[in-house]
Amino acid sequence: MNMRNVVNSLLQLKQIHKVFNEGTPDEKMALQKMDLHLNPGDFMTVIGSNGAGKSTLMNIISGKMMPDLGEVNIDGKNVSAVKENKRSRLIGRVFQDPMAGTAPAMTIEENLAIAYTRTKSRGLKRGVSKQRRAFFQEKLEMLHLGLENRLHAKVGLLSGGERQALSLLMATFTEPKILLLDEHTAALDPSRAELITKLTKEIVETYELTTLMVTHNMQQAIDLGNRLIMMDKGQMIFEADENAKKQLTVEKLLYEFQQIRGEKMNSDKAVLI
Amino acid sequence: MGTAIFGSIEAGAIYALMALGVYLSFRILDFPDLTVDGSFVTGGAVAAVLIVGGTDPFIATAAALGAGFLAGCVTGILHTKGKINPLLSGILMMIALYSINLRIMGKSNIPLLSEETVITKLTAFWQGLGIDQSLSFLGFIPKTWGILILMLILAFIVKFLIDWFLKTDVGLAIRATGNNETMIRSFSADTDILKILGLGLSNGLVALSGGLVAQYSGFTDVGMGIGMIVIGLASVIIGEAIFGAKTIVRATLAVVGGAILYRIIVTLALRVEFLETGDMKLITALIVVFALILPKVLDKQRERKRKKKRMLQAKQNEYEKRGEQLASIKTDS
Repeated sequence: MNMRNVVNSLLQLKQIHKVFNEGTPDEKMALQKMDLHLNPGDFMTVIGSNGAGKSTLMNIISGKMMPDLGEVNIDGKNVSAVKENKRSRLIGRVFQDPMAGTAPAMTIEENLAIAYTRTKSRGLKRGVSKQRRAFFQEKLEMLHLGLENRLHAKVGLLSGGERQALSLLMATFTEPKILLLDEHTAALDPSRAELITKLTKEIVETYELTTLMVTHNMQQAIDLGNRLIMMDKGQMIFEADENAKKQLTVEKLLYEFQQIRGEKMNSDKAVLI
Repeated sequence: MGTAIFGSIEAGAIYALMALGVYLSFRILDFPDLTVDGSFVTGGAVAAVLIVGGTDPFIATAAALGAGFLAGCVTGILHTKGKINPLLSGILMMIALYSINLRIMGKSNIPLLSEETVITKLTAFWQGLGIDQSLSFLGFIPKTWGILILMLILAFIVKFLIDWFLKTDVGLAIRATGNNETMIRSFSADTDILKILGLGLSNGLVALSGGLVAQYSGFTDVGMGIGMIVIGLASVIIGEAIFGAKTIVRATLAVVGGAILYRIIVTLALRVEFLETGDMKLITALIVVFALILPKVLDKQRERKRKKKRMLQAKQNEYEKRGEQLASIKTDS
């Protein structure tokens, strides 16, 4: 970590604390003293068992949740007090649920128009102009799913894989400062998941997006990106930089976890393949 | 009979504006907004008071629209900022508006029969055009064609405006708000503002309709909004069931058609001898129930028929197979 990188870090979390149900028997420390920084172009994968705080981390970056303590900086600006909808001008997001990222009753081109105006203020301009339609078609071709010929189809008619591919495109084609992927392949069957993983890699490389990806799939976490962190009980317990990550295997990760926590990884959902 | 149907189409065209408002909240925002019962009267009240006070009726009608817009915005604020559930924020606003409407009117009924209204002005304008005479070849002579035609034109202008608006960037965002809030929030839209705006527009149209209905029927009554939301829903649901709702353009057309059709159905129903004017709300409720259930029943029937056909076909195939087998056995022997 040299000085230049620190200054330019695109995403920086400082000492984030988040507690749920504070002061009740259900009190749960979701994040404690969480520090994180991403340099421009970094692609970090995040793994950890259920309840490790991965989703809370995503929600705090996106602004869906506010931290109890700590600071969120994006592109050098403190956005801790910026609301979710304003913050999402800087952030592209793909959710686990393929239904969550698109509006099913609207057409493919209308969905894309909404995504297209993410960074703009919306007025009374026509949502799908000729110019925009041509642009959408060009972008849809990147997916190789033939969606460019179905611009007027309602998104609700698409399959889960197609919807997730569209969500991915919608989250990225306006080149957000930060891309958040929240287990975005977990709800798909293996072949579709593979397709989305491949598209993710292509798109992130094309736009050189700074990306944070949560996944349950350790192999995926190792295959994708240049950095990796492991979380447990609201803390970052292991971090691999670019060189260390190249040497990683699933076995090594499990071994690390055991070394650090002195117990086996207790997650029925953690996928070992 | 002809006159009655003619009258119901006329009224239907005016109520179509209200139905389009209900369509905006109910279908586009997915918000069952009961404010309508109150804001419809607010429109009538504002228009009536201003007209009696000597304001130009067109300006008075525009003011009605503005008052409805504000009422809708308040419902939206109650829901989004006060985090009150949609149904309840509508009911609260409806009840509050009852008192507010009485305050605006100062009494429970304002007659407009002797006043100059949008309707009398338009009628005079129309008669100056002399089109009624040239339409006399139709054999059927109402008092004037003017109101029917001009109100239909108004309904269609509003329909086209809605069609256009829902395709703009803001319009798309409003539609997405009603369709998938998580999604639209992740694309930097302030869903609170969009909901408030949508409910404002919706109730603006409802109040515009209320203002025109008051002038059309010659009075504003504080109770004239009771059950208005159900009439709006009936129009939307009947329209969609008959004309379809595949696209926005189609759906808004269906709503206008549904509003007119609803008036015709009620008029026809009231001609049945043992039914009285007081039964109208019951009839309305029944129409909505039928319009909601009938499409499902029809679907089920169609499904059953398809199943039967498939079963029959499968059986036939089996018979043929067996026949072939028998035949081959016979030839073998």
